[in-house]
Amino acid sequence: MSIVLNAPPRRGTPRGATFEPVFEGLCFGAATALLVALGGVLVSLAIGGWPALSRFGLNFITGVTWDPNPDHEVYGAAGPIVGTLITSAAALAMALPVAGGVAFFLVELCPTFLRRPIGTAVELLAGIPSIVYGMWGLFVFAPFFAAHVETPLMSAAPPGSFWETLFSGIPNGSGMLAASIILAIMILPFMAATLRELLNTVPPQVRESAYGLGATTAEVVLSVTLPYIRRGAIGAVMLGLGRALGETMAVTFIIGNSHAFPKGLFDSGSTIASTIANEFNEASGLQSAALIALGLVLFVITFTVLALARLLLRTQVRA
Amino acid sequence: MKILRAALTPVSWVAALALAAPATAASISGAGATFPAPVYAKWAETYRAQTHNDLNYQAIGSGGGIKQINAGTVDFGASDKPLKPDVQAADGLQQFPTVIGGVVPVMNLPGFKPGQIRLTGKVLADIYLGLIKKWNDPVIASWNKGVALPNIPITVVHRSDGSGTSFLFTTYLSMEDPKWAAGPGGNDAVNWPVGLGGKGNDGVAAFVKQTVGSIGYVEYAYAKQNQMTYALMQNKAGKWVAPNAANFAAAAAYAKWPAAPGFYLLLLDQPGAASWPITGATFILMHKKQTNPQAGHDVLAFFDWAYKNGDAQAAALDYVTLPAPVKALVRKSWNTIVGPNGKPVYP
Repeated sequence: MSIVLNAPPRRGTPRGATFEPVFEGLCFGAATALLVALGGVLVSLAIGGWPALSRFGLNFITGVTWDPNPDHEVYGAAGPIVGTLITSAAALAMALPVAGGVAFFLVELCPTFLRRPIGTAVELLAGIPSIVYGMWGLFVFAPFFAAHVETPLMSAAPPGSFWETLFSGIPNGSGMLAASIILAIMILPFMAATLRELLNTVPPQVRESAYGLGATTAEVVLSVTLPYIRRGAIGAVMLGLGRALGETMAVTFIIGNSHAFPKGLFDSGSTIASTIANEFNEASGLQSAALIALGLVLFVITFTVLALARLLLRTQVRA
Repeated sequence: MKILRAALTPVSWVAALALAAPATAASISGAGATFPAPVYAKWAETYRAQTHNDLNYQAIGSGGGIKQINAGTVDFGASDKPLKPDVQAADGLQQFPTVIGGVVPVMNLPGFKPGQIRLTGKVLADIYLGLIKKWNDPVIASWNKGVALPNIPITVVHRSDGSGTSFLFTTYLSMEDPKWAAGPGGNDAVNWPVGLGGKGNDGVAAFVKQTVGSIGYVEYAYAKQNQMTYALMQNKAGKWVAPNAANFAAAAAYAKWPAAPGFYLLLLDQPGAASWPITGATFILMHKKQTNPQAGHDVLAFFDWAYKNGDAQAAALDYVTLPAPVKALVRKSWNTIVGPNGKPVYP
């Protein structure tokens, strides 16, 4: 009896207190799981690709011969690596201005009743699976591109000129430029949707003060909203570039799948992702190792691009 | 889909019991080559209707089929590329052929009808090596007297993915041309000297259709169903043959199956006046020692049934079935597929 009386007064535990450690643990677990998964992927790619990397060394990156015949296997991935970089860069160069235009139009210029339908259309485009783009590219876009772009350009190029080299290839709608255009169409809605969201985060006061000072729409966009969203915009661009670097099926359908260095815009090429998709099914032994090593190279490229973007951002902010 | 199947399976099982089906309803699994997948699916459908036994076949590619049977995750593997007898012995596998198909060179030459152009294996190899660059090349012209060949460049189209079709095609080129054998060689994927790659038969066909002056190669069923312009090929007997079921069957009939241990046989460049030169069989792989004799029995029962009753369905899908003597040889070979007690699992 007395023991009970002498005990310190009991305080009810707050309702959230029991849940708090669980919540913290869950968040921590989620964050670590991501890191562990990332590390796991990196390590397993390195282990899986090691037989090819150790056998070919630097030649795996710089070599141009990709010969999967087991009698004389040689894996040099310069063709697919260069193809990946060129198509992604070209796609980004084509898609970014258009994506910016779409986003600025939607936020700054679009009549209110059109804003919703166009915005939804952009988001729908982002949701189309890449295989659909691939088939559309091969069966619809390629014949059109061959007849209305490639053939006229090739016949217009003066013999022996720089243009003739640039427009060399097979005029059937496949090749590096066609793949870049398909990629540009694919990453465009992603970037446009993200940029639009970012522009919407600009506080109305900021924008309206600029208009109030007599700035034109172009001036507002270039000197007020764009600097305001700069950090996020680079993220949006990286998102698009990331998708372009790793895009597989659509590119496989239309790039022409030749492991050699592309000689012109209309020439066949290949990318890292398309090479893996093409050959992994039937690969065994050293060939699988080479394909896994290609995956590692793509991982490193993507990581480098992201790191460069961060670095760029930091120097800009400091300046 | 998965939910649907999960929901249906017990129902059909109960239904099978209710109908007092003979023995128990078996379910066998296989994986591998995509080329015979349509006919396996068709057979499985009819087999299920007649016997209430299920066959689950996953078309994951020949390489995948070989991996899966070696890993023991399926009852049988399927491959378009026959395994050499020593490889079969090392992995404890046994193989037998099921159906036959052919690879057909197809072209896009406006104004030309199927069969109007004649090609030899050597010419085909030189085209794919990039040595013959135009359709009116004197070498092509020498085999096509009286045909007005156009002065347009040849665009070479090949498969970009590893495939049994490419294996047959490149192995044939290796047999016909030492330069090809010393260069790219025969494999399901090679280092193509020239041209562009399409993914799958439809990818190759699309590039051929879109490119005037192009040449590609596809499976016979694909060429036939899409009415593509094919070339006549010169066979070993020196005769010009067209790709059709009768000529594939001729190649299979000339093949010396009894002399081929483990049914390791390429039907390429077979003798006989009617033999199509780029013909190949597709194969089933099973473990020689079956740990579960019932599963082995069920697989062989299915293929026994297919040999007996499946020919018409295979022909309707443009596959060529094995000649009767070959079927008899295969059935005899099943005696060496044994259970843990050393006795044949089938019949």
